[in-house]
Amino acid sequence: MHLFAMPRRDAITLAIFAVVVLAMPFWLAPFGASYPGLLQKFAIFGIFAIGYNILFGLTGYLSFGHAAFLGVGSYTAVWSFKLLTMDVFPAIIFAVILAGLFALLIGWLSLKRSGIYFAILTLAFAQMMYNLAYSVLTPITNGETSLQLTLKDPRLIDLMFTERGEGLPSASILGHNFTGFEAFYFTAVMLILAFFVAQKIFSSPFGMMLRAIKSNQTRMNYTGFNTKPYTLTAFVISGMYAGLAGALLAVTDPLAGAERMQWQASGEVVLMTILGGVGTLVGPVIGAWLIKYFENIFSAFNEGILSRFFEFLPDGVSDAVVMVTSKFVGEGWHLTLGLLFVLVVVFLPGGIVEGVRRVGKLFQHRSKPGTGAAVRVQPAE
Amino acid sequence: MEAILAQLLNGLDKGGAYALIALGLTLVFGTLGVVNFAHGALFMLGAFCAVAFRQLITLETVIIDPTKLSPWGTPLEVRTPLAQTWFGDWGGFMIEYSVPLSILLAIPVMLIIGIVMERGLIKHFYKRPHAEQILVTFGLAIVLQEIVKAIFGANPISQPMPSSLAGAADVGVWLGLSAGAVTYPLWRLTYFLFAVLVLGAVFAFLRFTTFGMVVRSGMADRETVGLLGINIDRRFTIMFGLAAVVAGLAGVMYTPLVPPTYSLGMDFLVLSFVVVVVGGMGSLPGAVAAGFLLGILQSFASMNEIKQIIPGIDQIIIYLVAVLILLVRPRGLLGRRGVMEA
Repeated sequence: MHLFAMPRRDAITLAIFAVVVLAMPFWLAPFGASYPGLLQKFAIFGIFAIGYNILFGLTGYLSFGHAAFLGVGSYTAVWSFKLLTMDVFPAIIFAVILAGLFALLIGWLSLKRSGIYFAILTLAFAQMMYNLAYSVLTPITNGETSLQLTLKDPRLIDLMFTERGEGLPSASILGHNFTGFEAFYFTAVMLILAFFVAQKIFSSPFGMMLRAIKSNQTRMNYTGFNTKPYTLTAFVISGMYAGLAGALLAVTDPLAGAERMQWQASGEVVLMTILGGVGTLVGPVIGAWLIKYFENIFSAFNEGILSRFFEFLPDGVSDAVVMVTSKFVGEGWHLTLGLLFVLVVVFLPGGIVEGVRRVGKLFQHRSKPGTGAAVRVQPAE
Repeated sequence: MEAILAQLLNGLDKGGAYALIALGLTLVFGTLGVVNFAHGALFMLGAFCAVAFRQLITLETVIIDPTKLSPWGTPLEVRTPLAQTWFGDWGGFMIEYSVPLSILLAIPVMLIIGIVMERGLIKHFYKRPHAEQILVTFGLAIVLQEIVKAIFGANPISQPMPSSLAGAADVGVWLGLSAGAVTYPLWRLTYFLFAVLVLGAVFAFLRFTTFGMVVRSGMADRETVGLLGINIDRRFTIMFGLAAVVAGLAGVMYTPLVPPTYSLGMDFLVLSFVVVVVGGMGSLPGAVAAGFLLGILQSFASMNEIKQIIPGIDQIIIYLVAVLILLVRPRGLLGRRGVMEA
């Protein structure tokens, strides 16, 4: 069981994380977010962000095309549903493998450059895939109408054992159909597994190497390390995470559209990672939850809800407040997101996790003066 | 021959837009060293200057005239645009030529927006890594486009072009071909000429004025210019404003071709970044050459003859060229040796 051995600290973090994730239907109920559709999104985009963070957080390579792998995962999973079986495991396995292969090819080419050129290369590849999925690859992707299940799908393996039922089938796990909260618990377990793997990577020598590459790649090269295999591995791993997330999206709703690969979708995962905290384990997950929460809850706010909320103010004032705030919710929630994002990048580059840490330090400072002012060790340049 | 000429012309107006946006992007990168992902949003803001200008001058006063009846028997409503009441015949002219006239509005507005943006946000990011510059300007772009969406709504607002420029020019005749062989919409021709004019003006400004000379020397060696007692930061801020104006003008004149929506900027941003990279980061002639080159390549790739050989090429040609350039010659077509070659 050496593989599962981990330091006590990490084990505690994992346990807390697992409890928080599994209890989401309960503690999110007061926030109005405890319905399966949204909870699944929380779990899935948590996985996506964790995987993205393995690349961006550890190596510092800013990829602007990660949604492409998510899209590949979705398409593969839906094809597996259509051709073979509605069981989720083959779909997930194929999706992860194919996304990994795509990541291998794109990563191998893109990692020849670094910095902004790397960002533009990944962006260019993702846009190419998106444009092709919309146009000439229509036989595979079904273009604008999105790839979906039909009544005439072959589903070779399923139909060997059972008769073709009425209506469209839904995803199943070893013959057991699941929907709603069961599907959420399935994605939640996947999220915890993904978190566990990320923890392992973070604490491994490999993770150490990735961090060294982030802090000074040139020096790594001069000391005789070939950094390319390490960055490429990180790229492929994060691509596979994206493929897993894409497959799970298809599991919860067997539909795959090209817009999942668009560069705005890639931008979103960058936002999630930054907002939560780059290079930390839980940060990206928190960022993903926040953004998905805002997207679903905040965007449903309208002026009626707002005016009830500000009822306690005098009439004129409450009208004015409602008018101003209504620009930031509902249709305009992206405005809030953009502002929040700018503020985080400017004032809190470490994201929410760093914010929490700073607040924590503030309290420590008060109780034990002197300990907070520990000398920071700066690496010599 | 005619087909090739037609495609060449088709590429020119789009290439002009690419060149104008890419010129501003590369100018900002060359002077301030900042990678500005909000530059597409500036293009979009320019387009909405034209929209705002038109909405302003077409505000109407409605007078209900009870003495006359409409065919439906209701009192006739007489609508007169305010511009017509204020300026008389001039008002009609203003409405007709609202797009070109909004250039006059766009120049000061974009200059102010650019300078405020630079002083308010960008200047804090000179020394930060490129990744953080990309992130903060990306966030800013989202904010700008959402503000526009809140004011003008999410639907495209089409802008009519002046009717005198709405027809097509028989370009074939000018080149000695038979009449009607190669025609080209007049407005797109105008756009191309306008782009050339603006590009020429920017280059002349940088080449022949003292200000431009200082800016160019600052691009070459910022520290030395600063040590000579010149306030190079302020000049670079003005250059940022200028880049915003160029992007805005490109947007104003583009409105009759594509009805502007709030997301217009993002569509152009990715492409113009690719253009900058192909031309060479920080190289002004490179950006212009690559802009026209890619515009023309794109229009050739969308020819049916070519699409039959390589299906889908029209969708990816620009990105394909960018990938090839980045992998083979990372400093771009006209980039300086040693600049951003990593």
